[in-house]
Amino acid sequence: MIEQLSVFIENKAGRLAELTRTLSGAGVNMRALILADTAEFGVVRIICDRPHDAKRVLEENGFGVSITQVIAVQVPDAPGGLAEVLEVFGKEEINVEYAYCFVEPGSEYAVDIFKVDDERATAVLQNAGLKVVPSEQLYARD
Amino acid sequence: MYQPEFEAMPTEELRGLQLDRLRTVLRRVYDNVPLYRDKFDAAGVSPEIGSLEDLSAFPFTVKNDMRSAYPYGMFAVPLKEIVRVHSSSGTTGQITVVGYTKGDIERWSDLMARTLVCAGATDEDVVQVTYGYGLFTGGLGAHYGSERLGAVTIPISGGNTKRQVQVMKDFGTTILACTPSYALLIAETAQEMGIDLHELPLKAGIFGAEPWSENMRLQVEEILGCKAIDIYGLSEIIGPGVASECSEQHGLHVNEDHFLIEIVDPETLQPVPDGETGEVVFTTLTKEGIPVIRYRTRDISRIIPGECPCGRGFRRMERVTGRSDDMLIIRGVNVFPSQIEQVLAGIPGVAPHYQVILDKRGSMDTVEVHVEVAPDMFFDEIRELEALQNRVRGEIQSALAVSIAVKLVEPKSIERSQGKAKRVIDKRS
Ligand SMILES: [Zn+2]
Repeated sequence: MIEQLSVFIENKAGRLAELTRTLSGAGVNMRALILADTAEFGVVRIICDRPHDAKRVLEENGFGVSITQVIAVQVPDAPGGLAEVLEVFGKEEINVEYAYCFVEPGSEYAVDIFKVDDERATAVLQNAGLKVVPSEQLYARD
Repeated sequence: MYQPEFEAMPTEELRGLQLDRLRTVLRRVYDNVPLYRDKFDAAGVSPEIGSLEDLSAFPFTVKNDMRSAYPYGMFAVPLKEIVRVHSSSGTTGQITVVGYTKGDIERWSDLMARTLVCAGATDEDVVQVTYGYGLFTGGLGAHYGSERLGAVTIPISGGNTKRQVQVMKDFGTTILACTPSYALLIAETAQEMGIDLHELPLKAGIFGAEPWSENMRLQVEEILGCKAIDIYGLSEIIGPGVASECSEQHGLHVNEDHFLIEIVDPETLQPVPDGETGEVVFTTLTKEGIPVIRYRTRDISRIIPGECPCGRGFRRMERVTGRSDDMLIIRGVNVFPSQIEQVLAGIPGVAPHYQVILDKRGSMDTVEVHVEVAPDMFFDEIRELEALQNRVRGEIQSALAVSIAVKLVEPKSIERSQGKAKRVIDKRS
Protein backbone atom coordinates (compact mmCIF):
# COMPACT_ATOMS: atom_id res chain seq x y z
CA MET A 1 0.00 0.00 0.00
CA ILE A 2 0.98 3.57 -0.63
CA GLU A 3 1.03 6.06 2.22
CA GLN A 4 -0.65 9.23 1.05
CA LEU A 5 -0.87 12.43 3.09
CA SER A 6 -4.32 13.99 3.37
CA VAL A 7 -4.31 17.60 4.53
CA PHE A 8 -7.44 19.55 5.41
CA ILE A 9 -7.15 23.18 4.32
CA GLU A 10 -9.49 26.10 4.34
CA ASN A 11 -10.07 27.62 0.98
CA LYS A 12 -8.26 30.86 1.53
CA ALA A 13 -5.71 32.64 -0.58
CA GLY A 14 -2.17 31.40 -0.26
CA ARG A 15 -2.88 28.40 1.92
CA LEU A 16 -1.94 25.82 -0.70
CA ALA A 17 1.24 27.75 -1.50
CA GLU A 18 2.15 27.76 2.19
CA LEU A 19 1.70 24.03 2.29
CA THR A 20 3.97 23.34 -0.69
CA ARG A 21 6.52 25.85 0.59
CA THR A 22 6.58 24.10 3.96
CA LEU A 23 7.28 20.76 2.32
CA SER A 24 9.93 22.01 -0.09
CA GLY A 25 11.53 23.99 2.75
CA ALA A 26 11.90 20.70 4.62
CA GLY A 27 13.49 19.10 1.57
CA VAL A 28 10.54 16.80 0.95
CA ASN A 29 10.25 15.73 -2.66
CA MET A 30 6.66 15.50 -3.92
CA ARG A 31 5.58 13.02 -6.57
CA ALA A 32 1.94 14.01 -6.80
CA LEU A 33 -0.34 16.66 -5.34
CA ILE A 34 -4.08 16.77 -5.95
CA LEU A 35 -6.57 19.24 -4.50
CA ALA A 36 -10.22 18.30 -4.03
CA ASP A 37 -12.23 21.22 -2.82
CA THR A 38 -15.53 22.98 -2.25
CA ALA A 39 -16.11 26.71 -1.92
CA GLU A 40 -15.08 26.59 1.73
CA PHE A 41 -12.52 23.91 2.27
CA GLY A 42 -10.48 21.32 0.52
CA VAL A 43 -8.41 18.21 0.99
CA VAL A 44 -4.92 18.13 -0.45
CA ARG A 45 -3.65 14.65 -1.25
CA ILE A 46 0.07 14.26 -1.52
CA ILE A 47 2.42 11.46 -2.39
CA CYS A 48 5.93 12.32 -1.33
CA ASP A 49 9.17 11.01 0.07
CA ARG A 50 9.40 10.27 3.80
CA PRO A 51 5.65 10.70 4.42
CA HIS A 52 5.90 10.41 8.23
CA ASP A 53 8.60 13.07 8.33
CA ALA A 54 6.51 15.25 6.04
CA LYS A 55 3.48 14.78 8.26
CA ARG A 56 5.43 15.92 11.30
CA VAL A 57 6.79 18.98 9.53
CA LEU A 58 3.32 19.96 8.33
CA GLU A 59 1.87 19.48 11.79
CA GLU A 60 4.57 21.64 13.30
CA ASN A 61 3.49 24.32 10.88
CA GLY A 62 -0.13 24.16 11.91
CA PHE A 63 -1.59 21.79 9.33
CA GLY A 64 -3.90 18.91 10.22
CA VAL A 65 -2.60 15.83 8.46
CA SER A 66 -3.58 12.21 8.32
CA ILE A 67 -1.99 9.33 6.47
CA THR A 68 -4.30 7.45 4.14
CA GLN A 69 -3.58 4.04 2.60
CA VAL A 70 -4.11 4.03 -1.18
CA ILE A 71 -3.26 1.65 -4.03
CA ALA A 72 -1.06 2.56 -6.99
CA VAL A 73 -1.37 0.79 -10.33
CA GLN A 74 1.00 1.21 -13.23
CA VAL A 75 -0.78 1.49 -16.58
CA PRO A 76 0.40 2.39 -20.07
CA ASP A 77 0.15 6.14 -20.66
CA ALA A 78 -2.41 5.57 -23.37
CA PRO A 79 -6.21 5.76 -23.76
CA GLY A 80 -8.03 3.00 -21.90
CA GLY A 81 -5.46 2.53 -19.15
CA LEU A 82 -7.64 3.80 -16.32
CA ALA A 83 -10.82 2.26 -17.68
CA GLU A 84 -9.29 -1.20 -17.51
CA VAL A 85 -8.57 -0.90 -13.80
CA LEU A 86 -12.02 0.47 -13.03
CA GLU A 87 -13.57 -2.46 -14.90
CA VAL A 88 -11.70 -4.92 -12.73
CA PHE A 89 -12.92 -3.20 -9.56
CA GLY A 90 -16.44 -3.01 -11.00
CA LYS A 91 -16.56 -6.73 -11.73
CA GLU A 92 -15.60 -7.48 -8.12
CA GLU A 93 -18.00 -4.83 -6.80
CA ILE A 94 -15.16 -2.95 -5.14
CA ASN A 95 -16.19 0.63 -4.55
CA VAL A 96 -13.68 3.30 -5.52
CA GLU A 97 -13.89 6.32 -3.20
CA TYR A 98 -11.67 8.45 -5.37
CA ALA A 99 -8.96 8.11 -7.99
CA TYR A 100 -6.38 10.26 -9.67
CA CYS A 101 -3.51 9.73 -11.97
CA PHE A 102 -0.08 11.15 -12.62
CA VAL A 103 2.63 10.64 -15.18
CA GLU A 104 6.32 10.70 -14.49
CA PRO A 105 8.08 12.98 -16.97
CA GLY A 106 9.74 10.97 -19.73
CA SER A 107 7.96 7.76 -18.75
CA GLU A 108 5.67 5.74 -20.98
CA TYR A 109 3.67 4.65 -17.95
CA ALA A 110 1.14 6.47 -15.86
CA VAL A 111 0.42 5.76 -12.22
CA ASP A 112 -3.23 5.54 -11.16
CA ILE A 113 -3.98 6.03 -7.49
CA PHE A 114 -7.12 4.50 -5.97
CA LYS A 115 -8.70 4.87 -2.57
CA VAL A 116 -10.82 1.79 -1.96
CA ASP A 117 -12.21 0.40 1.21
CA ASP A 118 -11.77 -3.28 0.51
CA GLU A 119 -9.02 -5.63 1.67
CA ARG A 120 -9.28 -7.70 -1.50
CA ALA A 121 -8.26 -4.85 -3.79
CA THR A 122 -4.55 -5.59 -4.22
CA ALA A 123 -5.10 -9.30 -4.81
CA VAL A 124 -7.93 -8.64 -7.25
CA LEU A 125 -5.73 -6.34 -9.32
CA GLN A 126 -2.82 -8.76 -9.32
CA ASN A 127 -5.06 -11.67 -10.31
CA ALA A 128 -6.25 -9.60 -13.26
CA GLY A 129 -2.63 -9.25 -14.34
CA LEU A 130 -2.31 -5.58 -13.47
CA LYS A 131 0.87 -4.16 -12.03
CA VAL A 132 0.42 -2.93 -8.50
CA VAL A 133 3.23 -0.52 -7.70
CA PRO A 134 5.10 -1.07 -4.42
CA SER A 135 5.67 2.04 -2.34
CA GLU A 136 9.47 2.01 -2.69
CA GLN A 137 9.08 2.44 -6.44
CA LEU A 138 7.24 5.73 -5.91
CA TYR A 139 8.92 7.38 -2.96
CA ALA A 140 11.51 7.01 -0.24
CA ARG A 141 9.86 5.39 2.78
CA ASP A 142 10.49 6.27 6.40
CA MET B 1 -33.00 11.03 53.10
CA TYR B 2 -31.75 12.95 56.08
CA GLN B 3 -34.97 14.91 56.71
CA PRO B 4 -37.70 13.08 54.81
CA GLU B 5 -40.37 15.18 56.51
CA PHE B 6 -39.13 18.06 54.36
CA GLU B 7 -37.32 16.37 51.49
CA ALA B 8 -40.34 14.25 50.58
CA MET B 9 -43.00 16.77 51.60
CA PRO B 10 -46.09 16.76 49.37
CA THR B 11 -45.92 19.64 46.89
CA GLU B 12 -49.02 21.50 48.15
CA GLU B 13 -47.74 21.45 51.68
CA LEU B 14 -44.29 22.57 50.53
CA ARG B 15 -45.75 25.55 48.62
CA GLY B 16 -47.71 26.51 51.75
CA LEU B 17 -44.58 26.34 53.86
CA GLN B 18 -42.70 28.42 51.30
CA LEU B 19 -45.40 31.10 51.25
CA ASP B 20 -45.42 31.39 55.04
CA ARG B 21 -41.66 31.63 55.14
CA LEU B 22 -41.52 34.04 52.22
CA ARG B 23 -43.92 36.47 53.90
CA THR B 24 -41.85 36.34 57.07
CA VAL B 25 -38.55 36.98 55.32
CA LEU B 26 -39.95 39.82 53.19
CA ARG B 27 -41.30 41.51 56.33
CA ARG B 28 -38.00 40.94 58.15
CA VAL B 29 -35.82 42.51 55.45
CA TYR B 30 -38.26 45.36 54.96
CA ASP B 31 -38.10 46.18 58.66
CA ASN B 32 -34.38 45.62 59.20
CA VAL B 33 -32.42 46.29 56.01
CA PRO B 34 -32.63 49.85 54.67
CA LEU B 35 -31.50 48.72 51.22
CA TYR B 36 -34.51 46.41 50.88
CA ARG B 37 -36.92 48.95 52.35
CA ASP B 38 -35.78 51.49 49.74
CA LYS B 39 -35.95 48.98 46.89
CA PHE B 40 -39.40 47.69 47.85
CA ASP B 41 -40.75 51.22 48.27
CA ALA B 42 -39.29 52.28 44.92
CA ALA B 43 -40.91 49.29 43.21
CA GLY B 44 -44.20 49.88 45.05
CA VAL B 45 -44.34 46.38 46.52
CA SER B 46 -45.36 45.36 50.00
CA PRO B 47 -44.17 42.36 52.03
CA GLU B 48 -47.82 41.29 52.46
CA ILE B 49 -48.05 39.03 49.44
CA GLY B 50 -50.97 36.77 48.49
CA SER B 51 -49.15 34.05 46.59
CA LEU B 52 -45.67 32.86 45.68
CA GLU B 53 -46.18 34.29 42.18
CA ASP B 54 -46.39 37.78 43.67
CA LEU B 55 -42.66 37.59 44.27
CA SER B 56 -42.04 38.27 40.57
CA ALA B 57 -42.97 41.92 41.13
CA PHE B 58 -40.12 42.34 43.62
CA PRO B 59 -36.81 43.90 42.61
CA PHE B 60 -33.74 41.72 42.11
CA THR B 61 -30.66 41.73 44.30
CA VAL B 62 -27.35 41.69 42.43
CA LYS B 63 -23.77 41.10 43.42
CA ASN B 64 -23.14 44.82 43.34
CA ASP B 65 -25.77 45.44 46.04
CA MET B 66 -23.77 43.18 48.30
CA ARG B 67 -20.50 44.86 47.38
CA SER B 68 -21.79 48.32 48.13
CA ALA B 69 -23.19 47.10 51.44
CA TYR B 70 -19.69 45.93 52.42
CA PRO B 71 -19.12 44.82 55.08
CA TYR B 72 -22.29 44.57 57.18
CA GLY B 73 -24.85 46.72 55.36
CA MET B 74 -27.16 43.87 54.42
CA PHE B 75 -27.22 42.10 57.77
CA ALA B 76 -30.78 41.82 59.08
CA VAL B 77 -29.81 41.24 62.72
CA PRO B 78 -27.57 43.09 65.16
CA LEU B 79 -23.94 41.91 65.13
CA LYS B 80 -24.29 40.35 68.57
CA GLU B 81 -26.52 37.68 67.00
CA ILE B 82 -23.98 36.86 64.31
CA VAL B 83 -21.69 33.98 65.25
CA ARG B 84 -19.72 33.56 62.03
CA VAL B 85 -18.84 35.39 58.87
CA HIS B 86 -17.70 34.03 55.53
CA SER B 87 -16.69 35.83 52.42
CA SER B 88 -16.76 35.34 48.68
CA SER B 89 -13.42 34.69 47.05
CA GLY B 90 -13.23 38.13 45.51
CA THR B 91 -12.07 36.84 42.13
CA THR B 92 -14.51 39.11 40.34
CA GLY B 93 -14.00 42.32 42.28
CA GLN B 94 -14.36 43.45 45.83
CA ILE B 95 -15.15 40.73 48.34
CA THR B 96 -18.55 40.43 49.95
CA VAL B 97 -19.26 39.41 53.52
CA VAL B 98 -22.02 37.09 54.66
CA GLY B 99 -23.00 36.60 58.31
CA TYR B 100 -24.59 33.59 60.01
CA THR B 101 -26.61 33.43 63.21
CA LYS B 102 -26.58 30.35 65.44
CA GLY B 103 -29.79 29.28 63.76
CA ASP B 104 -28.25 29.75 60.30
CA ILE B 105 -25.35 27.47 61.20
CA GLU B 106 -27.83 24.89 62.54
CA ARG B 107 -29.85 24.87 59.32
CA TRP B 108 -26.76 24.92 57.13
CA SER B 109 -25.44 21.85 58.98
CA ASP B 110 -28.71 20.06 58.24
CA LEU B 111 -28.52 21.08 54.59
CA MET B 112 -25.01 19.73 54.20
CA ALA B 113 -26.01 16.53 56.05
CA ARG B 114 -28.77 16.18 53.42
CA THR B 115 -26.17 16.67 50.70
CA LEU B 116 -23.96 13.95 52.13
CA VAL B 117 -26.91 11.57 52.43
CA CYS B 118 -27.75 12.38 48.80
CA ALA B 119 -24.30 11.02 47.97
CA GLY B 120 -25.05 7.85 49.92
CA ALA B 121 -23.31 8.75 53.18
CA THR B 122 -24.36 7.51 56.64
CA ASP B 123 -23.00 8.02 60.15
CA GLU B 124 -20.63 5.14 59.47
CA ASP B 125 -18.75 6.95 56.73
CA VAL B 126 -15.37 8.68 56.81
CA VAL B 127 -15.57 12.10 55.19
CA GLN B 128 -12.39 13.79 53.99
CA VAL B 129 -13.10 17.51 53.75
CA THR B 130 -10.64 18.78 51.18
CA TYR B 131 -12.51 22.00 50.49
CA GLY B 132 -10.58 24.94 51.85
CA TYR B 133 -11.29 25.97 55.45
CA GLY B 134 -11.42 29.66 56.20
CA LEU B 135 -13.42 32.52 54.72
CA PHE B 136 -14.47 30.25 51.83
CA THR B 137 -17.71 28.45 52.71
CA GLY B 138 -16.73 25.04 51.30
CA GLY B 139 -14.59 23.60 54.09
CA LEU B 140 -16.61 24.52 57.16
CA GLY B 141 -19.88 23.93 55.32
CA ALA B 142 -18.98 20.32 54.54
CA HIS B 143 -17.38 19.92 57.98
CA TYR B 144 -20.50 20.86 59.94
CA GLY B 145 -22.67 18.72 57.68
CA SER B 146 -20.47 15.70 58.19
CA GLU B 147 -20.44 16.14 61.98
CA ARG B 148 -24.18 16.69 61.98
CA LEU B 149 -24.62 13.41 60.15
CA GLY B 150 -22.34 11.72 62.70
CA ALA B 151 -19.72 10.63 60.20
CA VAL B 152 -16.00 10.61 60.95
CA THR B 153 -14.87 14.02 59.78
CA ILE B 154 -11.33 14.64 58.54
CA PRO B 155 -10.75 18.43 58.50
CA ILE B 156 -7.73 18.25 56.21
CA SER B 157 -8.61 21.31 54.11
CA GLY B 158 -7.02 21.79 50.66
CA GLY B 159 -3.43 21.46 49.51
CA ASN B 160 -0.55 19.03 50.05
CA THR B 161 -1.90 16.51 47.60
CA LYS B 162 0.43 13.67 48.59
CA ARG B 163 -0.77 13.92 52.16
CA GLN B 164 -4.36 13.89 50.87
CA VAL B 165 -3.68 10.57 49.17
CA GLN B 166 -1.87 9.13 52.20
CA VAL B 167 -4.68 10.15 54.54
CA MET B 168 -7.27 8.80 52.14
CA LYS B 169 -5.53 5.44 52.21
CA ASP B 170 -4.59 5.29 55.90
CA PHE B 171 -7.83 6.68 57.35
CA GLY B 172 -10.07 4.70 55.00
CA THR B 173 -11.85 7.68 53.49
CA THR B 174 -15.20 6.74 51.98
CA ILE B 175 -16.49 10.20 51.00
CA LEU B 176 -14.32 12.89 49.44
CA ALA B 177 -15.41 16.53 49.42
CA CYS B 178 -13.50 18.84 47.04
CA THR B 179 -13.63 20.53 43.66
CA PRO B 180 -13.81 18.19 40.66
CA SER B 181 -10.51 19.47 39.27
CA TYR B 182 -8.79 18.83 42.59
CA ALA B 183 -10.26 15.33 42.61
CA LEU B 184 -8.49 14.71 39.31
CA LEU B 185 -5.22 16.03 40.73
CA ILE B 186 -5.56 13.73 43.73
CA ALA B 187 -6.12 10.81 41.37
CA GLU B 188 -3.05 11.65 39.29
CA THR B 189 -0.94 12.04 42.42
CA ALA B 190 -2.13 8.67 43.71
CA GLN B 191 -1.04 7.11 40.44
CA GLU B 192 2.40 8.68 40.76
CA MET B 193 2.63 7.35 44.31
CA GLY B 194 1.71 3.88 43.09
CA ILE B 195 -1.54 3.82 45.03
CA ASP B 196 -4.52 2.26 43.27
CA LEU B 197 -7.57 4.30 44.24
CA HIS B 198 -9.84 1.52 43.03
CA GLU B 199 -8.58 -0.64 45.90
CA LEU B 200 -9.46 1.97 48.52
CA PRO B 201 -12.90 2.09 50.16
CA LEU B 202 -13.78 5.45 48.57
CA LYS B 203 -17.41 5.27 47.45
CA ALA B 204 -18.49 8.80 46.54
CA GLY B 205 -17.35 12.37 46.18
CA ILE B 206 -19.34 15.56 46.63
CA PHE B 207 -17.82 17.82 44.04
CA GLY B 208 -18.71 21.43 43.39
CA ALA B 209 -17.62 25.07 43.58
CA GLU B 210 -16.69 25.13 39.90
CA PRO B 211 -18.46 24.32 36.65
CA TRP B 212 -17.76 20.92 35.15
CA SER B 213 -19.11 18.85 32.32
CA GLU B 214 -20.67 15.42 32.09
CA ASN B 215 -17.53 14.20 30.31
CA MET B 216 -15.44 15.34 33.25
CA ARG B 217 -17.78 13.51 35.61
CA LEU B 218 -17.23 10.27 33.71
CA GLN B 219 -13.49 10.83 33.84
CA VAL B 220 -13.53 11.52 37.60
CA GLU B 221 -15.68 8.46 38.26
CA GLU B 222 -13.44 6.27 36.16
CA ILE B 223 -10.10 7.23 37.68
CA LEU B 224 -11.27 7.63 41.27
CA GLY B 225 -13.45 4.56 41.12
CA CYS B 226 -16.29 6.27 42.95
CA LYS B 227 -19.59 7.98 42.31
CA ALA B 228 -19.19 11.70 41.55
CA ILE B 229 -22.06 13.79 42.91
CA ASP B 230 -22.49 17.36 41.70
CA ILE B 231 -23.33 19.85 44.44
CA TYR B 232 -24.27 23.50 44.10
CA GLY B 233 -24.17 26.54 46.29
CA LEU B 234 -22.89 30.06 46.53
CA SER B 235 -21.81 32.08 49.51
CA GLU B 236 -24.36 34.85 48.88
CA ILE B 237 -27.13 32.30 49.42
CA ILE B 238 -25.49 30.17 52.14
CA GLY B 239 -22.53 28.29 50.61
CA PRO B 240 -22.70 24.64 49.58
CA GLY B 241 -25.98 22.99 50.48
CA VAL B 242 -28.31 24.91 48.17
CA ALA B 243 -28.79 21.97 45.82
CA SER B 244 -27.36 18.50 45.34
CA GLU B 245 -27.67 15.57 43.02
CA CYS B 246 -29.05 12.34 44.43
CA SER B 247 -27.88 8.86 43.42
CA GLU B 248 -29.85 9.20 40.17
CA GLN B 249 -27.32 11.86 39.05
CA HIS B 250 -29.93 13.55 36.94
CA GLY B 251 -30.29 17.12 38.14
CA LEU B 252 -29.69 18.71 41.54
CA HIS B 253 -32.51 18.74 44.08
CA VAL B 254 -32.93 22.29 45.32
CA ASN B 255 -33.59 22.50 49.07
CA GLU B 256 -36.85 24.26 48.39
CA ASP B 257 -37.94 24.50 52.01
CA HIS B 258 -35.06 26.95 52.54
CA PHE B 259 -34.49 28.44 49.09
CA LEU B 260 -37.01 29.58 46.54
CA ILE B 261 -35.72 29.06 43.02
CA GLU B 262 -36.88 31.01 39.99
CA ILE B 263 -35.59 30.73 36.44
CA VAL B 264 -35.84 34.03 34.56
CA ASP B 265 -35.21 35.02 30.98
CA PRO B 266 -31.89 36.90 31.14
CA GLU B 267 -33.21 39.50 28.69
CA THR B 268 -36.73 40.22 29.87
CA LEU B 269 -36.05 39.09 33.47
CA GLN B 270 -39.50 37.49 33.46
CA PRO B 271 -39.84 34.05 35.09
CA VAL B 272 -40.00 31.18 32.59
CA PRO B 273 -41.92 27.91 33.05
CA ASP B 274 -40.27 24.73 34.34
CA GLY B 275 -38.17 23.10 31.64
CA GLU B 276 -37.05 26.33 30.03
CA THR B 277 -33.49 27.56 30.33
CA GLY B 278 -32.62 30.88 31.93
CA GLU B 279 -30.79 32.58 34.76
CA VAL B 280 -31.14 31.10 38.22
CA VAL B 281 -32.55 33.43 40.88
CA PHE B 282 -32.71 32.49 44.56
CA THR B 283 -34.60 33.88 47.53
CA THR B 284 -33.58 32.60 50.95
CA LEU B 285 -36.58 31.63 53.05
CA THR B 286 -35.05 30.95 56.45
CA LYS B 287 -31.75 32.81 56.58
CA GLU B 288 -31.56 35.21 59.53
CA GLY B 289 -28.13 36.83 59.30
CA ILE B 290 -28.30 37.97 55.71
CA PRO B 291 -31.51 37.04 53.91
CA VAL B 292 -31.44 37.75 50.18
CA ILE B 293 -34.42 38.41 47.98
CA ARG B 294 -34.34 37.40 44.29
CA TYR B 295 -30.57 37.17 44.04
CA ARG B 296 -29.40 36.97 40.42
CA THR B 297 -26.75 34.25 40.41
CA ARG B 298 -25.80 34.76 36.70
CA ASP B 299 -25.74 30.97 36.50
CA ILE B 300 -27.69 29.42 33.65
CA SER B 301 -29.79 26.34 34.24
CA ARG B 302 -33.34 25.07 34.05
CA ILE B 303 -35.78 23.13 36.17
CA ILE B 304 -36.01 19.51 35.07
CA PRO B 305 -39.73 18.77 34.91
CA GLY B 306 -41.11 15.61 36.45
CA GLU B 307 -40.51 13.55 39.54
CA CYS B 308 -37.26 11.93 40.59
CA PRO B 309 -37.31 8.17 41.26
CA CYS B 310 -35.40 8.77 44.52
CA GLY B 311 -38.59 10.00 46.21
CA ARG B 312 -37.40 13.51 47.03
CA GLY B 313 -40.11 16.03 46.28
CA PHE B 314 -37.81 18.98 45.68
CA ARG B 315 -37.54 20.06 42.07
CA ARG B 316 -34.24 19.52 40.30
CA MET B 317 -32.13 22.11 38.59
CA GLU B 318 -29.96 21.01 35.73
CA ARG B 319 -26.18 21.17 36.07
CA VAL B 320 -25.18 24.80 35.54
CA THR B 321 -24.31 25.16 31.86
CA GLY B 322 -22.93 28.68 31.73
CA ARG B 323 -23.11 32.27 32.87
CA SER B 324 -25.74 34.70 31.69
CA ASP B 325 -22.98 37.18 30.91
CA ASP B 326 -21.98 34.89 28.03
CA MET B 327 -25.43 34.68 26.49
CA LEU B 328 -26.04 35.47 22.82
CA ILE B 329 -29.37 36.20 21.24
CA ILE B 330 -29.54 34.67 17.78
CA ARG B 331 -32.75 35.38 15.87
CA GLY B 332 -34.61 35.77 19.13
CA VAL B 333 -33.28 32.54 20.66
CA ASN B 334 -31.05 32.63 23.72
CA VAL B 335 -27.85 30.73 23.02
CA PHE B 336 -25.05 29.95 25.42
CA PRO B 337 -21.66 29.09 23.94
CA SER B 338 -21.42 26.19 26.38
CA GLN B 339 -24.42 24.56 24.67
CA ILE B 340 -22.47 24.54 21.42
CA GLU B 341 -19.53 23.00 23.24
CA GLN B 342 -21.73 20.20 24.52
CA VAL B 343 -22.96 19.42 21.02
CA LEU B 344 -19.43 19.32 19.63
CA ALA B 345 -18.21 17.05 22.41
CA GLY B 346 -20.56 14.37 21.10
CA ILE B 347 -19.46 14.46 17.46
CA PRO B 348 -16.40 12.47 16.40
CA GLY B 349 -14.27 14.17 13.76
CA VAL B 350 -14.43 17.67 15.21
CA ALA B 351 -12.45 19.15 18.07
CA PRO B 352 -14.25 20.94 20.92
CA HIS B 353 -12.60 24.16 19.78
CA TYR B 354 -14.97 26.62 18.22
CA GLN B 355 -15.76 30.27 17.81
CA VAL B 356 -19.03 32.03 17.20
CA ILE B 357 -18.54 34.83 14.68
CA LEU B 358 -21.09 37.64 14.68
CA ASP B 359 -20.98 39.84 11.61
CA LYS B 360 -23.11 42.07 9.45
CA ARG B 361 -24.02 41.60 5.80
CA GLY B 362 -25.72 44.83 4.79
CA SER B 363 -28.26 45.42 7.52
CA MET B 364 -28.52 41.72 8.36
CA ASP B 365 -26.78 40.24 11.35
CA THR B 366 -25.08 36.99 10.51
CA VAL B 367 -23.85 34.21 12.76
CA GLU B 368 -21.39 31.52 11.89
CA VAL B 369 -19.82 28.87 14.07
CA HIS B 370 -16.27 27.94 13.20
CA VAL B 371 -15.39 24.44 14.27
CA GLU B 372 -11.99 22.82 14.09
CA VAL B 373 -11.65 19.53 12.30
CA ALA B 374 -10.04 17.01 14.65
CA PRO B 375 -6.27 16.82 14.04
CA ASP B 376 -6.49 13.09 13.39
CA MET B 377 -9.19 13.50 10.81
CA PHE B 378 -10.56 10.02 10.09
CA PHE B 379 -11.52 10.69 6.50
CA ASP B 380 -10.16 12.55 3.56
CA GLU B 381 -13.18 12.70 1.30
CA ILE B 382 -14.97 15.91 0.52
CA ARG B 383 -18.29 14.07 0.63
CA GLU B 384 -17.64 12.94 4.20
CA LEU B 385 -16.39 16.34 5.30
CA GLU B 386 -19.56 17.88 3.94
CA ALA B 387 -21.57 15.26 5.78
CA LEU B 388 -19.68 16.18 8.95
CA GLN B 389 -20.41 19.86 8.44
CA ASN B 390 -24.10 19.07 7.93
CA ARG B 391 -24.16 16.89 10.99
CA VAL B 392 -22.71 19.65 13.16
CA ARG B 393 -25.24 22.12 11.77
CA GLY B 394 -28.10 19.65 12.30
CA GLU B 395 -27.14 18.79 15.87
CA ILE B 396 -26.70 22.43 16.82
CA GLN B 397 -30.10 23.15 15.34
CA SER B 398 -31.83 20.39 17.24
CA ALA B 399 -30.10 21.23 20.52
CA LEU B 400 -30.46 25.01 20.35
CA ALA B 401 -33.61 25.35 18.23
CA VAL B 402 -31.89 27.82 15.94
CA SER B 403 -30.16 27.29 12.63
CA ILE B 404 -26.57 28.54 12.54
CA ALA B 405 -24.16 28.33 9.64
CA VAL B 406 -21.22 26.05 10.36
CA LYS B 407 -17.78 26.31 8.87
CA LEU B 408 -15.10 23.67 9.31
CA VAL B 409 -11.71 25.21 9.91
CA GLU B 410 -8.22 23.81 10.15
CA PRO B 411 -7.01 22.10 13.30
CA LYS B 412 -5.40 24.45 15.84
CA SER B 413 -6.42 27.49 13.78
CA ILE B 414 -8.61 28.90 16.54
CA GLU B 415 -6.57 30.91 18.97
CA ARG B 416 -5.88 29.20 22.29
CA SER B 417 -5.89 31.25 25.43
CA GLN B 418 -4.36 30.59 28.82
CA GLY B 419 -7.41 31.58 30.80
CA LYS B 420 -10.97 31.75 29.61
CA ALA B 421 -11.28 30.87 25.93
CA LYS B 422 -12.58 33.62 23.68
CA ARG B 423 -15.62 31.97 22.20
CA VAL B 424 -17.45 34.88 20.65
CA ILE B 425 -16.00 37.27 18.08
CA ASP B 426 -18.22 40.25 17.39
CA LYS B 427 -17.24 41.95 14.14
CA ARG B 428 -20.37 44.10 13.93
CA SER B 429 -19.05 47.18 15.66
ZN1 LIG C 1 -33.52 12.38 43.25
